[in-house]
Amino acid sequence: MKILVCISKTPDTTSRIAFKDNNTGFDDAGVQWIINPYDEWYALVRAIELKEKDPTAVLHLITVGGADTEPIIRKALALGGDEAIRINSSSDDSFNISSQIAAIARTGAYDLIFTGKETIDYNASSVGGMVAELLDMPFVSLATKFDLAGNTATIAREIEGGEEVCEVNLPVVVSCQKGVAEQRIPNMRGIMASRTKPLKVVEPEAVENLSSVAAYELPPAKSGVKLVDADNVAELVRLLNEEAKAI
Amino acid sequence: MVLIYVDQADGQIKKTGFEALTYGAALAAQMGVSAEAILLGATKENLSALGSYGISKVHHAGMEALNTMDAQVYAKAISEAAAKTGATVIIFSHNPTGKAVASRVSASLKAGLVAGAVSLPDTSNGFTVKKSVFSGKAYAHIAIHTPVKVISINPNSFYIKAEASGTADVEAFEPTVQNARIKVTAVNKVTGDVPLTEAEIVVSGGRGLKGPENWGIVEDLAKALHAATACSRPVADAHWRPHHEHVGQTGFQVAPNLYFAIGISGAIQHLAGVNRSKTIVVINKDSEAPFFKAADYGIVGDAFDVVPKLTAEIKKLKGIS
Repeated sequence: MKILVCISKTPDTTSRIAFKDNNTGFDDAGVQWIINPYDEWYALVRAIELKEKDPTAVLHLITVGGADTEPIIRKALALGGDEAIRINSSSDDSFNISSQIAAIARTGAYDLIFTGKETIDYNASSVGGMVAELLDMPFVSLATKFDLAGNTATIAREIEGGEEVCEVNLPVVVSCQKGVAEQRIPNMRGIMASRTKPLKVVEPEAVENLSSVAAYELPPAKSGVKLVDADNVAELVRLLNEEAKAI
Repeated sequence: MVLIYVDQADGQIKKTGFEALTYGAALAAQMGVSAEAILLGATKENLSALGSYGISKVHHAGMEALNTMDAQVYAKAISEAAAKTGATVIIFSHNPTGKAVASRVSASLKAGLVAGAVSLPDTSNGFTVKKSVFSGKAYAHIAIHTPVKVISINPNSFYIKAEASGTADVEAFEPTVQNARIKVTAVNKVTGDVPLTEAEIVVSGGRGLKGPENWGIVEDLAKALHAATACSRPVADAHWRPHHEHVGQTGFQVAPNLYFAIGISGAIQHLAGVNRSKTIVVINKDSEAPFFKAADYGIVGDAFDVVPKLTAEIKKLKGIS
């Protein structure tokens, strides 16, 4: 079995978000970069668990990004995985990114492709579906549980107003969220081993960007909280009803 | 033409579906074109009544194979409908179905996608769409460069608007239905309670409530408001509440009209899951709790004292005894 896990580099959750160049670029000054939490905690850890159960399984990690992505992919390799592939492209268009991943996946003949349910920077939730479409593979999104028996995966997924369990034969693309696995901390052995694991750099294919960021914008600052006295709860209800028109 | 995919659950259109209809019709009016809708699977709705949302035609593919969502099958059907009708913009809700299908349609048609739109596109110079990024901490204006565009809209970003009446033509549509490769074996609907991700109002509790036995005051308030209940991560991790109630960065992200945070300090990871809420009310004993900075209204006080009083006042307002 061959597993491919898509890894994305994102600013740490606690980062202050700021923009530069007249709001057309992300200001990364002082930003700490992390593995996108959904990719790390759920997609990668579940893939590692599958490999632990089946040591013949091959686990590859893939990322699309510049050389500055390498510390992140090494960090992911410290958790597990046999080797990593970095596609040397700085495109931020999901179709372009997905096409690069699909090109590698096509030649690599992977049985299982995992992504996180979304990245915490662009929140688009779109790479998994696009990769699946480009590879003509089924796509199970927003998985909360993933089990594998032979060639058949049993997956619980979020649907509107609940959850549903489905079965699908490999190959399949799955986007993972909370429930699929539990966060792991890399150990020293893993960190040492990650330094010597192969990290292949591949040049991107020529793919057009279907979209691009024209500008960023910060939301207007909250005007400040209106505090109501704890002995005057009726006033809060009045404000919610008459001012906020929320109840 | 603007083609709107209208999602259903159990043959019924949900709030997110009506939001997509409203958005699509408004965009069609802005572009001076017509708005048409597509529905997949059996329906209990009166489809011609969708005319009241400004829809001129409804394409309905009612075959049984479309009763469960296989993203591959759905995307094929919607892409075919888009090609057949000459749609230039395809609208989805950014709900679980939209997240699975819009991306596939985008890749299949090579049509640029903006996922998570929060306002109508700016069509004055090109085609740019504002979307939420950095988990609600900022917005990006995304330019789509392709002739056909795909937009999925964030739930709770648009008020549903309908005229008193109106009729749409309803046309049966027969897409190529591939053999579904995904077989659904069980469906677990959240019953009785209001589903969290669809709720207009969410009442959420944190560690400040001290233990699962104290959740009665949260549930009472939620019931009075017809709201969903939610919790912070420490609460779910301690198994005080089920994991499907956990909102925050790694749990569910919600964007209701009104969010009550009771005994939640407001860690940045929690805020990332709720900061798209329209109005935020914080009730916390600690006046220094960071949540107050993100709140619209707040009460510094003991939840066990304040929340029951709040429930009583809301019942009074709504005339519930």
